[in-house]
Amino acid sequence: MSPDGCRPHRKHVTMIKDKPQSGSLATRPMVLALALALTACASTGGHPKDPFEPLNRATFSFNETADKYVMRPVAEVYDYLPLPIKVGVGNFFGNLGDVWIGVNNLLQGKFVDGLSDGGRVLVNSTVGIFGLFDVASDMGLEKHDEDLGQTLGSWGVGEGPYIVLPFLGPSTVRDSVGLIGDLQVDPVWQFDEVAVRNSLTGLRLTHRRAALLGADTTAEQAALDKYGYMRSFYLQYRLNQVYDGQPPRVKDPDDE
Amino acid sequence: MHKIASLFAALALSVGVQFNALAADVTTPDALVKSVTDDVITIVRQDKAIQSGDTRKAVELVETRVLPYFDFAHMTRLAVGRDWKTASPEQKTVLTQEFKTLLVRTYSNALTQYRNQQIDFKPLKAKPEDTDVVVRTEVRQPGAKAVQIDYNLEKQPEGWKVYDVLVAGVSLVTNYRDDFGKEVRAGGIDGLIKSLKDKNKQLDATASAKK
Repeated sequence: MSPDGCRPHRKHVTMIKDKPQSGSLATRPMVLALALALTACASTGGHPKDPFEPLNRATFSFNETADKYVMRPVAEVYDYLPLPIKVGVGNFFGNLGDVWIGVNNLLQGKFVDGLSDGGRVLVNSTVGIFGLFDVASDMGLEKHDEDLGQTLGSWGVGEGPYIVLPFLGPSTVRDSVGLIGDLQVDPVWQFDEVAVRNSLTGLRLTHRRAALLGADTTAEQAALDKYGYMRSFYLQYRLNQVYDGQPPRVKDPDDE
Repeated sequence: MHKIASLFAALALSVGVQFNALAADVTTPDALVKSVTDDVITIVRQDKAIQSGDTRKAVELVETRVLPYFDFAHMTRLAVGRDWKTASPEQKTVLTQEFKTLLVRTYSNALTQYRNQQIDFKPLKAKPEDTDVVVRTEVRQPGAKAVQIDYNLEKQPEGWKVYDVLVAGVSLVTNYRDDFGKEVRAGGIDGLIKSLKDKNKQLDATASAKK
């Protein structure tokens, strides 16, 4: 591990602090995590992209405990709902997300995809009754998956060190910065009424967690060290997303 | 003597033909992946035991229908990475066996979670002379974005073999490299073998505890 692992990180932290603190609750734990990460900077050995491994591991095990006692049980109860209801919930939040996905496609220069996302919002918000039905997909307007972290990546911004965020899980410095941006424009966060905003956020997180039931068991069984497995998984997954499913294929140097 | 040899040859040939008639269409990599996938899904759709979580039956299905088309030595080599060269032939054999057991057990379980998702096969982008190709597929399900599953295949004398599977861009094989590297640094190749054995034993214990 190079001791320089801290340097780009410090720059990012300053960047975040310079941003106006819009009072959004979600940004605060992230800034805290980044600040704390600095103190763990002395760590040596290990993964080149994970200079803050000791802190990350601590956050990871905190998240695992929170998941075991709160998130997973709630998701398991939610999962008893009939499939059409769960599909409706997924479609509803998917529709809210499509506007920002479209903007990100435009920012990445993918104009056809961006327009198609706009079309999806128009169709699904009207014919699809407030987004409960994904009519657009049936019409051939494919659902995309974009966010600010991916846009930054497509512009050539490196991912920076790997960080595990409290409650939210694996991320990188670039993706955390992206996430702060994503939250600023997130439709759910625009609701003034706290009760509505919190209920919708809770429902969305529960839906997302429920979709991972099963996959989490597989990860648990597959990994010798779940922390390292999830880190490698996240980094590969995001690289694939930045390249829209077709990352450059490099011949493995270790594959004789 | 000559007669006996040709008899054996004929016998071997007929066995070979029979085997091929039973086995999947292995002429092109995309046809191979499609035929094995269709085969497995047809069985899972009809098998209530697998659907309700019978791991042993799922493992059996994978062992008979899927494993013949996988190259586990290649997969293990990829997962271990640069430390592979330092392993003795015996260690390589044991590593391959233990890694195979772990992968089969883990991902056979995933079969029990199959619920009528639809699988699309993308057109193969490869030249006829290529010996290393990617077959791209997508698993579609209502209310969620399709999940991309890519198979890396290599042409070998006995036909095409899968040596890596990528789910949403994540290699199920190289995802182990950090993990394995750490084990080797801590306890050498034998340390890695021991950890794999322990892991498999632990999975065995949980599987039998559930029964």
